[in-house]
Amino acid sequence: MKFSHAIIEKNVILMAVLTLITVSIGGLVQIVPLFTVETTIERVEGVRPYSPLELAGRNIYVREGCYLCHSQQIRTFKDEVERYGHYSLAAESMYDHPFQWGSKRTGPDLARVGGKYSNDWHVAHLNNPRALVPESIMPTYQFLNRPLNFDDAAEHLKTLRTLGVPYSEDDIANAQKDLKVQAGALPDEDTTALMARYPKAALGDFDGKPEQVTEMDALVAYLQMLGTLVDFTKINPEDLKQ
Amino acid sequence: MGVAIADGAYGGAGQTAAPVEAYHEDVVRAFVVAAMFWGIAAFAAGVYIAFQLAFPDLNLGLEWTTFGRLRPLHTSAAIFAFGGSALIGSSLYVVQRTCRAPLFGGREWGWFIFFGYQLFIVMAATGYLLGITQGKEYAEPEWYVDLWLTIVWVVYLVVFVGTIIKRREPHIYVANWFYLAFILTIAMLHIVNNAALPVSLTGTKSYVAWAGVQDAMIQWWYGHNAVGFFLTAGFLGMMYYFIPKAAQRPIYSYRLSIIHFWALIFLYIWAGPHHLHYTALPDWTQTLGMVFSVVLWMPSWGGMINGIMTLSGAWDKLRTDPSLRFSVTAVGFYGMSTFEGPVMSVKAVNGLSHYTDWTIGHVHSGALGWVAFICFGMIYYLVPVLWKKQRLYSARLVEWHFWTATVGIVFYITAMWVSGIMQGLMWRAYDEYGFLQYSFVETVQAMHPYYVIRGIGGLLFLTGAILMVINLIRTVTSSPALEPVTQGAAVAAE
Repeated sequence: MKFSHAIIEKNVILMAVLTLITVSIGGLVQIVPLFTVETTIERVEGVRPYSPLELAGRNIYVREGCYLCHSQQIRTFKDEVERYGHYSLAAESMYDHPFQWGSKRTGPDLARVGGKYSNDWHVAHLNNPRALVPESIMPTYQFLNRPLNFDDAAEHLKTLRTLGVPYSEDDIANAQKDLKVQAGALPDEDTTALMARYPKAALGDFDGKPEQVTEMDALVAYLQMLGTLVDFTKINPEDLKQ
Repeated sequence: MGVAIADGAYGGAGQTAAPVEAYHEDVVRAFVVAAMFWGIAAFAAGVYIAFQLAFPDLNLGLEWTTFGRLRPLHTSAAIFAFGGSALIGSSLYVVQRTCRAPLFGGREWGWFIFFGYQLFIVMAATGYLLGITQGKEYAEPEWYVDLWLTIVWVVYLVVFVGTIIKRREPHIYVANWFYLAFILTIAMLHIVNNAALPVSLTGTKSYVAWAGVQDAMIQWWYGHNAVGFFLTAGFLGMMYYFIPKAAQRPIYSYRLSIIHFWALIFLYIWAGPHHLHYTALPDWTQTLGMVFSVVLWMPSWGGMINGIMTLSGAWDKLRTDPSLRFSVTAVGFYGMSTFEGPVMSVKAVNGLSHYTDWTIGHVHSGALGWVAFICFGMIYYLVPVLWKKQRLYSARLVEWHFWTATVGIVFYITAMWVSGIMQGLMWRAYDEYGFLQYSFVETVQAMHPYYVIRGIGGLLFLTGAILMVINLIRTVTSSPALEPVTQGAAVAAE
């Protein structure tokens, strides 16, 4: 019997089913192995979940659409590695819900901006980018100097834990306190426990206003840890193979 | 066979049994008005944020007016509000005519789709201004907006498929294949990409279910196929109805439409990873994405040929029929961007073009040249039909619209080509001592004149669209009404 396309053209359900099958194949082949092939995420040490303050900062980064002008993904080119640092690893964004690799560099890549500038520089720059970089076209972010609203930090950590981010009971119980300690709002508090939970977290009263934790504090804490977790001097090139 | 199929579109307008009144056209009219409204909003927002990049003071120092918050407003208004309203409206028109059946579910379901979809747009847009976003490009709306859209979309699918099921034509016309693929695939992409867990059921914030490299892959599987199925397949449905209709010719090749359809929907879905070349996405995925993107060139051009060659024997209509001129130019731009796309997906080229304005230029040659122009052609054709007028108020105004918009696009895309390639080259330039030659901010500074030119191009495009609105309003209010004659007589009189 000769195949005739007319059979499909006369049966909308058949056409819908065949269409769904046709459009499913590509996605299945490309997406499913990324969850099953273990080498998709490199075996490097140091990557940890975000501290509550960093997470709050990251949420502000997402809220303000920073990813629309700044990438967080250094490609494997000589010029990019020289300009921004070691090329980005999949492991470095493994706890990023959502990923923020971006697609456009109207401004520079931020994947490894952590530690490159001082806290003061970041605060001054966010308040008025052109005061520090006259040619900059970035908007001003003075409005971030307002109290941070992250009373439900523990709820956020719990939500992420459900999605697979390994926050411990301890992390969740201390979420609110960790946030304040990291932002310098509890100056008498010991930071050892925080640093044990979140190694390499940037401590300090970022915006010079110790009495309150602001959105500025959170955003700068996030920027200051970007790309700092993996120690590339201690890496075995074999482990980077995907 | 080709002629017989095309007849569905060709003479579907209540030609035989079904009287015109049986069709639900009020909801189509509402979608056309909405498309024009959102079109102007999207173009205006685009012009504004284009000038923000040239003159940063336009960010106004307010949180609601920064580029970061307005950019999703612009893209969503253009793609989902303008494009979406045009797509849903035209599909509801086409499916009724080519099936010779009124909408399944009747007036009520039609209006539910209309108001449901408009509510989705308003909820998404107001959210962006307030900073409510899940931070995934072209999928910014938060979980509650996504859920609402899912409900509206399922009703839309049911109405569309239901209308096809109760059709009084033996075959399903080719335009409906494309509309169907668009509706189904967008549903699949939307649900998977937006899978998220809200922090609280009373709050707006959620976290996307996927993370890192998997999220990147899923996002661009979604993102590229928002292009492939929303901005391409859906609008190809429009092409397959309105070009034959305006040219009064059957589709050039029936066989080519079959190949075009299946090849396009099979191949498009693979192309996503070309947005992630040289990133932490595994190499094998990148290469697959590149290969399929290049192969995709063939069905794209097959479709373009099918659209343009439909005019053979009717080329003179390009001079006299304003709607057809927009539609055919749209297909030309489609051919151009679907050639440029595969080129940019080649890793060596992408190494230069990615992260630069070249991508933005490429998107706009597709969005302005293909999507907007095919919509303009459709709307110029539909408004006199829907409001039962003899013709458009002014063909001359259409001509002005056509040329301002075309010149605007040329300004836009050439500026972005130059600035994008220049920026890519400056980033990788080394001086004689082996150091990077330019600091990042020097490349930003070099963009300024091109950002101004791009803004002017956008302004021209917006001006053209305003002329269109004036023309359409005058058509509805003061163009002579269609004589109450039978359809057959009207065609003969032309």
